Amino acid sequence: MEILVCVKRVPTVGGKIAVTPDGQEVDTRMSGFSISPHEECAVEEAVQITERAGGSVTVLTLGPEAAIEQLRDALALGAGRAVLLETDGREWGPIATAAAIAAEVRAHPYDLVLLGNEAADTGDYQVGIRLAHELGWPVATGIKNLSVSAGGVVARREYRGVEEAYSLPLPAVITVKEGINLPRYPSLPGRLRAKRAAIERSAPDWAAEGLRKETLRVPASSKHQATVLGHGADAVPELVRVLDELGVLS
Amino acid sequence: MTDFPARASAVIIGAGIVGNSLVHHLALLGWRDLVLVDKGPMPNPGGSTGHASNFIFPIEYSKMMFELTTDSTEQYKELGVFTQSGGIEVARTAARMMELRRRCSQAKSWGIPAEVLTPGEVNKLVPYLDESVILGGAYFPTVGVVDSLRGGTLMREQAQRSGALTVLAGTEVHGISVDGGAGGRVRGVTTSAGEIETGNVVICCGVWSPRVARMAGARLALTPVVHQMISVGPIALFADTPGEISYPIVRDVDTNMYERQHGGDMEVGSYAHRPIVVPPDEIPSIEESVLSPTELPFTQDDFDPQLAQALELMPELLGDERAGIRYAINGLISMTPDGHPILGEMPEARGLWAAAASWIKEGPGCGRAVAELMSGRVPAVDVHEADAARFYPHQRTTAHVRARAREGFNKMYGIVHPAEQWESSRPLRVSPVYERERALGAFFYETAGWERPFWYTSNAPLLDRYAGRLMERPAEWESRWWSPVINAEHLAMRDACALVDLSAFAILEITGPGALDAVQNLSVVQVNVANGRVVYTSWLDENGGFRADLTVMRLGADRFRVVTGGATGQSDAKWILDHLPVGAALADLTSAWTTIGLWGPRARDVLASVTADDVSHAGFPFGTCREIEIGNVVVLASRISYVGELGWELHAPIEQGARLWDTLWEAGQPHGLVPAGIGVYGTTGRLEKGYRAFGAELTPDYTLTEAGMTRPKVKEQPFIGKEAYLRQRQEPPCAILCTLTVDSHASADGTPRYMLGGEPILSPAGERLVDAKGRPSYVTSAGSGPSVGKHLLMAYLPPEYAVEGGSLLVEYMGEQYPVTVAVAGSTPLFDPQNERVRS
Amino acid sequence: MTVVCLVELDGAEPADASLRALTLARALGDTSVQTVVFAESASVPAAALADYGVSDVYAVEPGALEGYAPQAWARVLARLAAETGATAVLAAGTDRGNEVLAHLGAITGLPMAANCTIVTPDGGQTHRLVRHRWAGLLLEDAVMEAPIALFTVATDAVAPVPAQTPAAVAVHVHKPELAEGDLRVRAAESPAGAGGASLATARVVVGGGRGVGGPDGFAPLEELAGLLGGVVGVSRVVTSEGWRPHRQQVGQTGTKITPELYLACGISGAIQHIAGCAGARHIIAINTDPGAPILAHADYAVIGDLHQVIPALVAALRAR
Repeated sequence: MEILVCVKRVPTVGGKIAVTPDGQEVDTRMSGFSISPHEECAVEEAVQITERAGGSVTVLTLGPEAAIEQLRDALALGAGRAVLLETDGREWGPIATAAAIAAEVRAHPYDLVLLGNEAADTGDYQVGIRLAHELGWPVATGIKNLSVSAGGVVARREYRGVEEAYSLPLPAVITVKEGINLPRYPSLPGRLRAKRAAIERSAPDWAAEGLRKETLRVPASSKHQATVLGHGADAVPELVRVLDELGVLS
Repeated sequence: MTDFPARASAVIIGAGIVGNSLVHHLALLGWRDLVLVDKGPMPNPGGSTGHASNFIFPIEYSKMMFELTTDSTEQYKELGVFTQSGGIEVARTAARMMELRRRCSQAKSWGIPAEVLTPGEVNKLVPYLDESVILGGAYFPTVGVVDSLRGGTLMREQAQRSGALTVLAGTEVHGISVDGGAGGRVRGVTTSAGEIETGNVVICCGVWSPRVARMAGARLALTPVVHQMISVGPIALFADTPGEISYPIVRDVDTNMYERQHGGDMEVGSYAHRPIVVPPDEIPSIEESVLSPTELPFTQDDFDPQLAQALELMPELLGDERAGIRYAINGLISMTPDGHPILGEMPEARGLWAAAASWIKEGPGCGRAVAELMSGRVPAVDVHEADAARFYPHQRTTAHVRARAREGFNKMYGIVHPAEQWESSRPLRVSPVYERERALGAFFYETAGWERPFWYTSNAPLLDRYAGRLMERPAEWESRWWSPVINAEHLAMRDACALVDLSAFAILEITGPGALDAVQNLSVVQVNVANGRVVYTSWLDENGGFRADLTVMRLGADRFRVVTGGATGQSDAKWILDHLPVGAALADLTSAWTTIGLWGPRARDVLASVTADDVSHAGFPFGTCREIEIGNVVVLASRISYVGELGWELHAPIEQGARLWDTLWEAGQPHGLVPAGIGVYGTTGRLEKGYRAFGAELTPDYTLTEAGMTRPKVKEQPFIGKEAYLRQRQEPPCAILCTLTVDSHASADGTPRYMLGGEPILSPAGERLVDAKGRPSYVTSAGSGPSVGKHLLMAYLPPEYAVEGGSLLVEYMGEQYPVTVAVAGSTPLFDPQNERVRS
Repeated sequence: MTVVCLVELDGAEPADASLRALTLARALGDTSVQTVVFAESASVPAAALADYGVSDVYAVEPGALEGYAPQAWARVLARLAAETGATAVLAAGTDRGNEVLAHLGAITGLPMAANCTIVTPDGGQTHRLVRHRWAGLLLEDAVMEAPIALFTVATDAVAPVPAQTPAAVAVHVHKPELAEGDLRVRAAESPAGAGGASLATARVVVGGGRGVGGPDGFAPLEELAGLLGGVVGVSRVVTSEGWRPHRQQVGQTGTKITPELYLACGISGAIQHIAGCAGARHIIAINTDPGAPILAHADYAVIGDLHQVIPALVAALRAR
């Protein structure tokens, strides 16, 4: 099974997120970067599938040169080949992103393309679906359980208390969500292999899209510092009173 | 909520290992109404303590660091948070193997168990280490790990239970108010929870310390730097081992790394990567941090080269594909320009204290020392090398601190020669004759920022003249930072005369109606002398230990000029200020005066040829000073000597220093004048004369009687340390400072070896010598004695061994060499009657 | 001006998230709000939709299109948008809403804006909008230029508000024309393993974080949740440590919740968690650390160890 996993480089943020003064980007002066969480699981899923069924995993990212770091992260986890679709730092919309990925997919005999359900930063929810339409492949999204057989895949997710199962023939596009697996940590030999691995690079052309970002901002917080009801178990009577006031005690 | 304290005896900022330890010791010393503030939560407020690897190697070349580490280890043990694991430093190169032998010899000086191991022996202790990668190791069985968060919590809680301490977690310090501007006194602290009135503020905020110090107008010479660490697991071998650690910690020093078991994981830390300095203002807030403010995002590229080296050393254990890198950080740690902590009162304000740049291994010791200082006590551990007042302003600039931190970072596990000089941030302070010295091919050492010629390449022709007497050092290690030219300069000075640039001297002038009282109170020796007298004196601390060692010129009824070493100038100035009575003022004239030394049997001939003033022995006796005219420069000439020769210190306005030099230079040519460096002034000249040096022989641990520096009478006037000194005089000394000569330099492979200092002195049977106070005998100073033809060592010996002619051993690089006690006491080996000085 | 909105059902009623989308749809201006419901025409909640200003309901009956097939649903929206001359097509920012609108975007080649909080027509083909990034931790001001604006509505940002005057609603049975490819991917539904109230829709959520201490520490939280008629949610660290299954995770990469009360126990408040619980009406934090970030988002706090507070609270509630 030949699998392509698409990952995105996103800042790792703590308990607070800040925006650059020009309102164009997240302030990452003190941030590290990582693979967007759902996609970490996509990498793990792809590696597990090939460990069971054979084949190989290619990891792809569209991003700045620095995103090689995330490609190497994926290589360290077991991907065998890495492709950088290099950008000049401009933010790419989902339509152009899907088109650029589609070009890579068409050039190689992939059976399966895995993506995250949505990127942590932009939250567009559409690259996987647009990619599938570009390719004319079936797609299932938000997948939390995947079983692969020769003929196809069965992808499962839960929605409003109901389990949905999708049977897709291959080749197919699947977007996964965190929880589908518990991603492994990179081993030392894995890291070293990743360090040595070659990165294939190309630079697709950016294209404008109909949805255009103007500024980013931190929402005004309506909350203030919490009212402290008390300390330890002594606070319980006060806590019960508040619960009652909020109407959650039937 | 706890009532917010409006007043406190001291506000301690920072609840890391140092702050917690400090409040504990202050409480034990009787302090009440203490307040400990931290902007983070307890028990881990997010500083460097929270991510420390928490292991302690006792071995240190610095006696102070060794003693702080030892004290800290004892404290951790008492708290029940110490686990002994043993530790091994492994060598991948022959040079490192030699270094490990040097470390084991140093360990013997301090009494630390240590042993050189073969690769096979290392492998027995650490079975997962590939012995083919190493040439051997040094095993330190008393290495251990501590739970510093738990230890800190226990200490803090003890202080709280005693009723002495209020803890304000989640409280940020916004300001420190100081009355009266520079040199004023701390009045209070503004926090996010309110104002606290206090006369004492202690900065123990680790990497944030410079930022907090700035609130009080103070500059603290510390910078955060990154130390990378990863944790790899689960390690199959560790699955069933009990507790946190079952295998010795390995320091793979040649790759600047360590590997330390932590439960089921192996922690791998590195000091090999590029130095990454992080300005304190750029440390993220608690909210902004993913992990904690001092656990910054891991920069993988910096660590990658280390992975291969770690894997090489522990191929199976770390090469297990099932073991993952579960945790990886760019941890922030504190570094200072000289690698020592910053302890004590800051020079900028009274009541502003620092206890910063301490690592886990010395944290509780630093806490105790600062608590003692704050309580007006002499610390049990001599921490003068960590004095918060030791840095000159230039040393506290951001540029300097960062440059030295960058340079020092990769030396962390490096093989650092004891004389190794810094390369960065130079030149900073140059004497008026710097360009002339460069032209003479001076090889410069740095002292307190001053460029000081250690020898002059231009003197190389002297090598032929003195061939056979130069005590050349064939081993590369001892030839480093050294030249036989030093010994040639020495001999030329003894034969004729030499010019020595002493611009680095700190010149401190005490004036006013209270000046006599001020100096009298500090000095052991009588300073109520006639105008124009020069007094050589020690200053003591309250316990009668050495605090300084310097000369004082009386220039008038109300005017004294103190001449002291550049390295200690700032600390000495602070000591004077701390004890300045009403009516006395201190001025630092270092930048106004240059000092040029002229010594040797022909010194008078030279001087007489350029001055009309009387410089005869009768007209200008030893131990006096006065103004003379040398050409058109008015010079304050002081007839003293630290090299045992006739001559003068010539003090001139700094802008006329070059002219004075030129005049003397020209006049000296017919008399065989040579320029001589600090190699002669600081080592060979003084060792032959048995002159003691502050910081080497003269430390707070030893007394005037032990150093052989008592005078027949004790002056009537009171002075600091007098009571202790009077007591010391009544007791037989527990140690006697001796000069030893090395009888044979032959090492096992036949190469002559020369000791450089710090080595243990052993009994003829090879046993360590320890005196009745528990102090070991080790080499305090070492160097050539070209005029006596011997390599000279100074060491304090227990009285039973301090017998002239007695044979002992010195251990150097793991081998033992025979030595003879040449002098017990202060009689000079060269010119014992001091005829030259008084000729 | 006509807009088309996909309405999902929760049992017999319009889903809460869809009501929020309808609220935003009305705010697009003087519009006729047309909706698409995938249900028998007889079971369309017409009155409830009328309350939200819906004028027309197009019911796609199971006979015509059985079950959930995202691309087919999108095809229906595409055709209806064309037929009605809609200037905008929207849905709730649910898994299905985002998925169907993404398909619609791909089918039409138009841009799609996910999780909007404000959308304002700005003349011609221009809409100005505000949408979530970082799961709502940041807001993006954006401009959309498109003949038909496609977007979803953030489920936790727009409050559902009925129209001041209910509309007269007409229900049409819509028979879609679908290609075979549109039905290639279709959900086979079966009840999910775990029963009980869903995290996303629970009225009370009792959250547990690292402070719970381990997999064995959740029993008191379960007990408390039971007493309050709620469910247990957890932070990301709890699921990545394997203490609890991922489906209980509240957060950016888990479930976004909108309960009346979120009781966060031993949760520090990493931003990824806040993204999931910011939609709670009220938050009470129980935490040992008065400086924990969660307190900046909570209405009330108890400073203390949850292992002492929760059992005492359970006892107090049992005693009532």
